[in-house]
Amino acid sequence: MTEANLVGIVLVSHSAAVAASVAELARGLTGGGTAVRVASAGGAEDGGLGTSAELIAGAAASVDAGAGVAVLTDLGSAVLTVKALLAEGDELPPGTRLVDAPFVEGAVAAVVTASTGADLAAVEAAAAEAYTYRKV
Amino acid sequence: MLDADFFRRWMTATAASVEREADRLTALDSPIGDADHGSNLRRGFAAVTATLEKEAPDTPGGVLTLAGRQLISTVGGASGPLYGTLLRRTGKALGDASEVSEADFAAAFRTGIEAVTTLGGAAPGDKTMVDALLPAVDALGDGFAAARTAAEEGAVATTPLQARKGRASYLGERSIGHQDPGATSSALLVAALAEANGD
Repeated sequence: MTEANLVGIVLVSHSAAVAASVAELARGLTGGGTAVRVASAGGAEDGGLGTSAELIAGAAASVDAGAGVAVLTDLGSAVLTVKALLAEGDELPPGTRLVDAPFVEGAVAAVVTASTGADLAAVEAAAAEAYTYRKV
Repeated sequence: MLDADFFRRWMTATAASVEREADRLTALDSPIGDADHGSNLRRGFAAVTATLEKEAPDTPGGVLTLAGRQLISTVGGASGPLYGTLLRRTGKALGDASEVSEADFAAAFRTGIEAVTTLGGAAPGDKTMVDALLPAVDALGDGFAAARTAAEEGAVATTPLQARKGRASYLGERSIGHQDPGATSSALLVAALAEANGD
């Protein structure tokens, strides 16, 4: 399996630390999935809490290998900024999709699924399915 | 008829007004939000005026599309994609005409507001910018001054509402009694429209 075949994953959070840590967690739990490109886009450009369109666009470009990019977000402006960038049409790589999923569990599911060479629709479905994992 | 200069004046007047009112917007955002609305919008509209000076688009649609794009990339809070989408969709709806009528603008502005409601999912009465923008566009047929009054009344009328969108909605009933910051800045945007027209 070469990287060129794999869906890329972008994790967008209001906090740079949260985005980077979730990326590290998802990679760590994937075992053999280290070939998956995972980029975090956390916080505002000045390092504070917030959302940066430029960090998101840069992260998406960095993980795009032609198989599509799945973007997972936390809440509020992270969701709205990704949606607005997708509506722009040319700000994110072709085949970029906002995935409706819980941030941590969805990220793990997305990276594991992407590591198997699954396509973007399968990665999206796996991440979204994480909503159904009840804990109690 | 309204030309590119009119829309440039609108953006410049909005930037000046947001600059003057930034502390008030942030104060309104403190009890029910995260106290950054004034500073976020000030940064966004300052970037808009700088970009408009540099690139000088020569159509109304070009001015608003560029302004919207700039807001999406510089604001850093939810108001960036929301105001960015409002201006960008309004600009796209105006197409590449060199001048537009007030009626053309009203129709395009309504398209922009609909794009905001699609993006954010807010309905009238949810205590959001929509509560100032919708009354304003409904009043635009009576002129820019009427739209300004309608937007200001709409913003004030958000005070007794309970927030159902955004961060303020987590506060439930505690959001009641505070004027919505987004509706307030939307009223500034509409007031700047009247100012650009010399009303």
